[in-house]
This record gives sequence, structure tokens and C-alpha cells, in this order.
Amino acid sequence: MPVAATFEIEYLQYLDAEGKLVREDLPEFARDTQRLVELYKLMSFVRVFDGKAIALQRTGKLGTYASCLGMEAAHVAIGTAMQEDDVFAPMYREYGAQFARGVKPRDVLMYWGGDERGNDFSGPQHDFAWCVPIATQCLHAAGSALAFKIRKEPRVAVTVVGDGGSSKGDFYGAINVAGAMTLPLVAVIVNNQWAISVPRRMQTCAKTLAQKGIAAGLESVQVDGNDLIAMRAALDHAIKRARHGHGGSVIEAVTYRLSDHTTADDARRYRPDDEVKQAWTREPMKRLKAYLVAQKAWSDKEEEAWKTECGAKVDAEVNAYLETKSQPTEAMFDYTYAELPADLAAQRAQALAADKRA
Amino acid sequence: MPQITLIEGVTMALAHEMAKDPSVVVLGEDVGVNGGVFRATVGLQEKFGPERVIDTPLDETTIAGLTVGLAAQGMKPIAEAQFEGFIYPMMEHIACHAARMRTRTRGRLTCPAVFRAPWGGGIRAPEHHSEANEHLFTNIPGLRVVLPSSPGRAYGLLLAAIRDPDPVIFFEPKRIYRQYKEEVPDDGEALPLDVCFVLRDGSDVTLVTWGAQVKETLEAADALAKDGISAEVIDVATLKPLDFDTIHESVRKTGRCVIVHEAPRTAGFGAEISARLAEHAMYDLVAPVERVTGYDTHIPLFRLEMKYLPAVDKIVAAAKRTLAAS
Repeated sequence: MPVAATFEIEYLQYLDAEGKLVREDLPEFARDTQRLVELYKLMSFVRVFDGKAIALQRTGKLGTYASCLGMEAAHVAIGTAMQEDDVFAPMYREYGAQFARGVKPRDVLMYWGGDERGNDFSGPQHDFAWCVPIATQCLHAAGSALAFKIRKEPRVAVTVVGDGGSSKGDFYGAINVAGAMTLPLVAVIVNNQWAISVPRRMQTCAKTLAQKGIAAGLESVQVDGNDLIAMRAALDHAIKRARHGHGGSVIEAVTYRLSDHTTADDARRYRPDDEVKQAWTREPMKRLKAYLVAQKAWSDKEEEAWKTECGAKVDAEVNAYLETKSQPTEAMFDYTYAELPADLAAQRAQALAADKRA
Repeated sequence: MPQITLIEGVTMALAHEMAKDPSVVVLGEDVGVNGGVFRATVGLQEKFGPERVIDTPLDETTIAGLTVGLAAQGMKPIAEAQFEGFIYPMMEHIACHAARMRTRTRGRLTCPAVFRAPWGGGIRAPEHHSEANEHLFTNIPGLRVVLPSSPGRAYGLLLAAIRDPDPVIFFEPKRIYRQYKEEVPDDGEALPLDVCFVLRDGSDVTLVTWGAQVKETLEAADALAKDGISAEVIDVATLKPLDFDTIHESVRKTGRCVIVHEAPRTAGFGAEISARLAEHAMYDLVAPVERVTGYDTHIPLFRLEMKYLPAVDKIVAAAKRTLAAS
């Protein structure tokens, strides 16, 4: 039978759920255990931050917050694999990636705390803001990649979408145009199995989400998204290819959302406790810690000390957030256009007058 | 000095700005090799290359999303929707991202993009090729909405739109793309984006319009003049932000106002102008404001479309009603 095309999807994993190496060909960066410790520490920091943010929301000090619990390896791998002048187009829970790129925890808290200044990152000036409309960020990353290509800059755009987001036309459009135009785009599908209450199997009948990239002509791989080493290896490879003009990639990171979708959600309504319990046995921190401890690069004592340090760092960020006064009323007008149109100036004056009366 | 049509004004502005500013790129379906289905981008790819005049995959969402990404990263993209009826898949990127980029990031990122689309009815086109939907955009904060109605204004307003630091929706009345020629120097002179154009002075009634209806409205003013009625004609051209002062000043003088547009009446942009007249010009008016608009129906397929569109006799009748009322 004549065959028009064939494809296969590689599954990439180095560390299993117990923290044992499943293959010997460790990538260069992972042979430096001190480097792995640094990455582990960042994942750990993210988890402490995440817990604190949820606590702030529960006590009325933060608005709705989207947790990243369980996805720390995927996020930290993304942020640390990118170069400073690359561009990141996140969805709305990739704090690990963003902290690695210089976004401050106080920025995250400001955004979810109802203040646009959270998006005026103290860190990466070119990175996109959090993107709530699902998958639209993929096309902004593709547009950025097109800008780099037109200007012949050796920069890469990296974007993240969820398993649910991979059903959206924007995702297809982005990977399609990245293939058609050979754009330096890396699209990471963080497949955390749940799009609020809709499970992965109801998004698509495709066996993997990675294979959607094959349709776009992109190099595509499925990765154990809870394995930091595999995630970094996949990202390093894809980013290098993109930077050298060899085109885009799709990386499916198979992980699990251990939290509710956001603090406004109650995941117990739609998924069994057993499934979540099972997922906790595969989560990303435990296995990396086990590996590092076995390598004698990390210990419980160091872990305790680091967690205390993280707590203090996060508290300082929380205080900075809580101490920041609201923007003045006119701030809602002053960034609508580069220059305030006369038409809008009249409404700004009305808003200020209403302030005075109040 | 070249004698050019409205669509040639568009092409001339694109070419002028692309030659001047290497960050300007054009993207859309068929804009490259084919020069656009209306030929608005004709010759540009030969002049500036396929890297700057980009034929995209056939997906309006992709075009709009790429445009946002390009603009946020230092380019000045000019996206083309082939027809205004195909702009709907772009709206999420326009409303949720292009228009919000500056405010969302407190000015860290911006979106200096132009979204162009041939607009409006009257060319016997198939379904979805004849809409007037400017009012869907005039309600979106952060956008500018521009609708030129002459070769010179197409050139000058498009230059201004490209140079503007914020996103601009630029609708081109396709019915008058090639209606007449006028002398337009390729001098790079932009027109202001926040001023209405008074096309004809008059003292009895103010006729306010934009887009292809400028032609009918000017003809109506001629017809009214024959009956001894002096009509002032204003081309709004830059709908958002609105220069209401020019309209108000005219109504102060005439005391009467007829608003003409081809979009459906309810919540069309004429409603905004009418509301402002009620708020600010109640005591200047000597007659109720009249609206001559499309009906609150879909624009019919072309056998009936001329019945739907505003026309000279409808405008004249409305103007005469305002005179009869006082």
C-alpha cells in the first residue's frame, strides 16, 4: 500500500517518578548537579510562593489566583532555557518561568490583586503580560518570532498553552504559520490533564497533543512534564534549533494540575480523589529531590534551611505588594492611548470630579 | 502631481511609509504577489520584498494575532482583512489585545498597528462582502476608527494611522474606491486623526456622514440648494475619538441635523452623535435630529441592496422634515 506520510512521537524522560535515571545519556547541563540544585531551589521557591498566594486569596488579600501546583518543572525549564532577549508569551500560571526571567513575585501578586502595574514587569521588558483569552498568546509569540525573522535577530519566542488551549484555532494558527514561515517559535503544551472540569480525553481523540505539531510540519515531542531534566533537554534543543533558523517546535509536557483551576474553582466537583492521589506520586519536586539526595548534592537539612529562606523572601514580596497603594483614579484613563484624546479628557475630568464629591 | 483614486491613495500611502520606515510591514491574504483582491497593495511586494509584504495562511485570526505580536515587538504592521465581513475572527485580538496592550502593561508594551478592510455595500458583491460594522469598533476603548471618503483623505489619514502609536481600524469605502480621481501630492503630509472635515458650508441644516455616504450626502446638499436650502456637510472620517466640537459648532449655526450612515440604525454610530446632540445641543436644535441609515436588517443580497442603503432622495426628505418642523 502506498503511504503518503508517516510519523512518530518520541517520549522523553530521564527521571522516573522515584527519581531514578531511566537513561544514561544525561544532557550536558544535568551533569552539573550544582546547576540542578539551583533549578530545584527555584521550583521549591515557586511552590512556597504558590501556597502563600492561595492563602492570601483565602484571607481576602488577593483576588482570584491561578495556581501552578504540580507544574513547576515544566515552568522552570522554560524560563531557565530561554535567553534574556528572547520573548515569552505565557498564559496565566507560569510563575516558575517568569521568576527565572526576572518577574518579581510582587508583580504576580499585583496582577491578581487587581492592579495593572503587575504587568509592568520589573524584569523582562519584552515579555508579554499574562494572557487570559485562551491560546491567543500563541499567535502573539508567532508574531514576535516573525518580527525577529524579518529583522534577522537571533531571538526566539516561547509560548505556553494548556491541553484545553490546544483545541483552539489560535494554537493551530500559530503552529501552522510557524511551520509555513519557518519561524523561531517554541510552543509548549503544558498538558495538565484538566481544562477546568473537562478532561484531556474530551479535548481530542488524538493520541498525543504533540502530534498536532506534525500537522504543522514542526518538530514535535512528548515529554514527561514532571521531569525537570527532560523538560530542560527538550527546551534547550527546540530553542537552539529555532535560534539557528531551523524552525519551530511543539513540546507536549505531560503533567498534572494538583490544584484547583483557580481559587474560584472546586476541582472536587469533577475529578476523583484517587486520581489526584495518584498524581501526587508523580509530581516533579519529590523525584528531583530524591535524585539530588542520591547524588549527595542535597539534604533534608539544606531543604529545611532553603524553605525558611523562601518563606522570608516570599513574605518580603507579599509585604511589598500589600504596602503598594492603589493607583489614582486617573490611571484608568492615562494608558488608554499614547496621548489622551480630548474626548476622553472630558470623561477623566468627570471621574476626578466624582472623586472629589465622594 | 498625480491624479489618483481613493484606492490609489491607499497604495501611495503604504508605499510612502514603507519606503520611509523599515519597521512598516504589510500582511494579509493575497496582499503580496496578487497585490490584494482590490489591488490596494499592488506593486508593494516587488518594491519591498516578500519579507515586508507578507502573504499569510488563510486565517484571519492568524493575521490579527501575528499583527499584535509584530506590533508589540517593535514593528509597525498593517494587516488587511479582505472584506469587513471577514474581520470578525480578528475581533478577539483587536479588542482583547491590540486595544488593551498599552493599558494592560501600563505602557510597557504597545500596539502601533493598522487593521485595514474594504468596507460597505453597493458593489453588487456576494454575502458577507457588503457590511458596515464600524460601530462594533467605536465602542472599544483604546482603538481609533477611521473612514476616509476621498483619495486625498485616504492618503493623509492612512499615513497618520500608520504613524499613530496606537491601533487604528481603517475602513475603506470600497464603493468609491475608483469613483473619481483627484490630485494628491505624494508629500508624506498626514491628516489629523481627531478632526472632522467640513466639506460644504451651509446655514439651514447640518448633514453629518462618513464613508461612501459622503457622495450621496453631497449630492443631497446640491439638490437641497436647488430648493433654496443651504446644507452644511460634515465628513466625520475619524469616528473614534470623535471630534464632536465641529459637529456641535455647525448645529449651533443651523439648528438642524441629519445623520447619514449605512450601518443598521440601532446603536449605530449615529446614535452616539444623536445622544451627544441631546446632551450638549438641545437648546441649539430647532427640530428633532433625523437619522438616515441602513435598516435594522442584514444588508440584503445585491438585488435589494440599493433599497437598504441611504440614498439622495432619503437624505433630502429627511433634511426637509427638519425644516418643516420649525
